[in-house]
Amino acid sequence: MVNRVVTGAHYGLGSWLAQRITAVIIAVYALIVVVMFVTGRPMSYPVLRDLFTHGWMRVATLIFAGSVAWHAWVGVRDILMDYARPESLRLSLHVVTILLLLGYIGWTIQILWR
Amino acid sequence: MSNAAAKKPRPKYLSLSALLFEIRLPVTAWTSGLHRISGALLVLPFVAWLLYLLDTALASEQGYRQVQAYLGGPIAKLGLIIFVWAFAHHFFAGIRFLLLDLNKGIEIHRARASAYVTIVLGVLTALVFAWRIW
Repeated sequence: MVNRVVTGAHYGLGSWLAQRITAVIIAVYALIVVVMFVTGRPMSYPVLRDLFTHGWMRVATLIFAGSVAWHAWVGVRDILMDYARPESLRLSLHVVTILLLLGYIGWTIQILWR
Repeated sequence: MSNAAAKKPRPKYLSLSALLFEIRLPVTAWTSGLHRISGALLVLPFVAWLLYLLDTALASEQGYRQVQAYLGGPIAKLGLIIFVWAFAHHFFAGIRFLLLDLNKGIEIHRARASAYVTIVLGVLTALVFAWRIW
């Protein structure tokens, strides 16, 4: 009989590292956006539209969205591991979380490449 | 082992009221707990809300005006302020945790001081933002 371990400490270090790397990506993107907002031209429809027509802005925003989703997945999973019981409820909430985060990424792609 | 100790129900699960009113949590625990709460708030509802706003504002000139008018309302402004607090607290607490991971500031007095600073910076950022938009 194959004893498959689907939970445990074996993947934890990778998640921990991913959460920290994505945290840095999120922080850098957020700081750039805040600086652009504060120092850039006053916000208007043409300014906002032109900003998101740049290829680099679209790709950077997609990387940001992917980082947020990955970061949020590790964080939400940590929270659910602590509070969601029994395990059937936790697994259901994991599925809901994954669907929500994938939905966010899909929505972001739709907004960026319209 | 005494009889009294043996009769205590174990394990003891902590209720929310016990956490809030019976147990005095150290400031580092508050920073950590608020990091969780702010993170959960960002996942839901704030990411969905911001995506909806960006979607509408980018769709057309008319949509942009709609978002502008909507964000002028008091409830939307309150929402933005709570978002800014959640993001700022999560941001500063996150930087604190990254530094702790690098063994920076792990002495108890420095960890307590940085926990206070984190909470204050989060609230301060939200207050400055609130002052700017009101």
